[in-house]
Amino acid sequence: MGARSSHAAVIPDADGIRRETGFSQASLLRLHHRFRALDGNNKGYLSRTDLQQIGALAVNPLGDRIIDSFFPDGNQRVDFSGFVRILAHFRPVEEEDPAMRDPKQPEPLNSRMNKLRFAFQLYDLDRDGKISRHEMLQVLRLMVGVQVTEEQLESIADRTVQEADEDGDGAVSFLEFTKSLEKMNVEQKMSIRILK
Amino acid sequence: MFLLLPFDSLIVNLLGISLTVLFTLLLVFIIVPAIFGVSFGIRKLYMKTLLKIFAWATLRMERGAKEKNHQLYKPYTNGIIAKDPTSLEEEIKEIRRSGSSKVLDNTPEFELSDIFYFCRKGMETIMDDEVTKRFSAEELESWNLLSRTNYNFQYISLRLTVLWGLGVLIRYCFLLPLRIALAFTGISLLVVGTTLVGYLPNGRFKEFLSKHVHLMCYRICVRALTAIITYHDRKNRPRNGGLCVANHTSPIDVIILASDGYYAMVGQVHGGLMGVIQRAMVKACPHVWFERSEVKDRHLVAKRLTEHVQDKSKLPILIFPEGTCINNTSVMMFKKGSFEIGATVYPVAIKYDPQFGDAFWNSSKYGMVTYLLRMMTSWAIVCSVWYLPPMTREKDEDAVQFANRVKSAIARQGGLVDLLWDGGLKREKVKDTFKEEQQKLYSKMIVGNHEDRSRS
Repeated sequence: MGARSSHAAVIPDADGIRRETGFSQASLLRLHHRFRALDGNNKGYLSRTDLQQIGALAVNPLGDRIIDSFFPDGNQRVDFSGFVRILAHFRPVEEEDPAMRDPKQPEPLNSRMNKLRFAFQLYDLDRDGKISRHEMLQVLRLMVGVQVTEEQLESIADRTVQEADEDGDGAVSFLEFTKSLEKMNVEQKMSIRILK
Repeated sequence: MFLLLPFDSLIVNLLGISLTVLFTLLLVFIIVPAIFGVSFGIRKLYMKTLLKIFAWATLRMERGAKEKNHQLYKPYTNGIIAKDPTSLEEEIKEIRRSGSSKVLDNTPEFELSDIFYFCRKGMETIMDDEVTKRFSAEELESWNLLSRTNYNFQYISLRLTVLWGLGVLIRYCFLLPLRIALAFTGISLLVVGTTLVGYLPNGRFKEFLSKHVHLMCYRICVRALTAIITYHDRKNRPRNGGLCVANHTSPIDVIILASDGYYAMVGQVHGGLMGVIQRAMVKACPHVWFERSEVKDRHLVAKRLTEHVQDKSKLPILIFPEGTCINNTSVMMFKKGSFEIGATVYPVAIKYDPQFGDAFWNSSKYGMVTYLLRMMTSWAIVCSVWYLPPMTREKDEDAVQFANRVKSAIARQGGLVDLLWDGGLKREKVKDTFKEEQQKLYSKMIVGNHEDRSRS
């Protein structure tokens, strides 16, 4: 029993999080509410199992990879600030003049570069800054399951790496990745709008 | 010592008088109308007064929030993010179209950008998914003076606190003992009454008495919860040989339906008080109780249910196909077992108004006793019951489709969201077959239907 209020005093370091992620106070409250709903036994942090309980995420072919992105560097727990930091990548980009932005401030988490970097990391499992042919195959296998044969998948992986690879090292670096997606409306496709 | 004596007897006298008054009130205003099935309208008046008070309380809180230049936290039951209802194919085509300058034809191929679709969809479910929020109590948009539903503590003024304190006093010191007394009366009358009726020889008289004993006791229990129920379309009430199917929010559903109709219950045999009640009830009329071991055997369950519905003299069976309690904002997958036995199904939609007291039983959070205490210290349980027209399985329909048809009808009538997800997700993980469906859809986009081999 007892109330489950989500006002700002309950969120640790709310101001710091707001500055870092750019979320409004209202959005932060909603995300905190969601965090506490996912945290089944009120531990104060989320574990992998908490996220795996989400049915709609478990049926997503890349579900496990997405969950992994919340637990970098071998962590087994993610607290609220870590949670929000990842979600901040998907904050819609506001219309602002890039020239106006203070160059001393770190790049906002939801910039185009950071969104692309997030997607790149879903491919680049070993975090070596390059998507090798093997890593490409692994992601493809996740997305198609048993529906496609090994040869078909290999030729798709080969072709994709060849098309994107410019310096001929047989892998796709982050720069090559961004170049092949330069026309893509990343800002819109990798954004989730939280209702006010 | 001598000074205490007259004081003592005064207290005792006061206690005696208040108890007598309480019991007279109980008898005249509550139990007697319950026996005859009439109502004085006291509960409706109570409801109206409460609504006015709640509206005032929310206004004060908004004023308090405005003074501090903040906004009240208002929960959204329909999700906190903006979603586009597009399919996998459409989305991925959109993404590819926006990314490449090539003319998009329908040749299957893979693009690096395809990953964006799964990535975003996955993140959306982390921020807000359809299922997780169904297993916790629905959130209210305006406060109802119960501390358990408050999300805006810091905006409560002194006046509101006083009002809240008054509310606590009324609920815990007046309503709670009254309700406990009523519940006790109701349950003991049920046990005693059905046992006595059980001694009579089978026949019309026994049936008549049994029906009325059941109805009377359920009506007393309804008043024990201060449940204010509105029944719609009572002409569609379930008949003998049929199956009454309803959405499940809490064990109270049984009391609500059984106080307006005479049903045969289905369930597992419990120990303790529940077991005593179950054994007594089955003496007066045939209910279907299963031993714990029998519950796993689906054929046995189906057989016993079929036998029961085929006997037209037996009562309609009351069943909750969701299998678990859902928070009354949605209806989840109906288990197909009850829809296979071929009886006429009488769907019933139950919608609670959480403003006066949330009836949802979050079994992972509260045990039965805590739950009942919470129910008895709420303002009231207000709900609407709709009896839908009977449905039968059509020739070209299988049990699952029939179950979904009934579920949609119930969801539509009750204003609930119709979900395909299994309520069992409360405790178990989702099956892999759903993931395979997604993978199949996506494979078609990158390799086609085993026709196109990729060019080198």
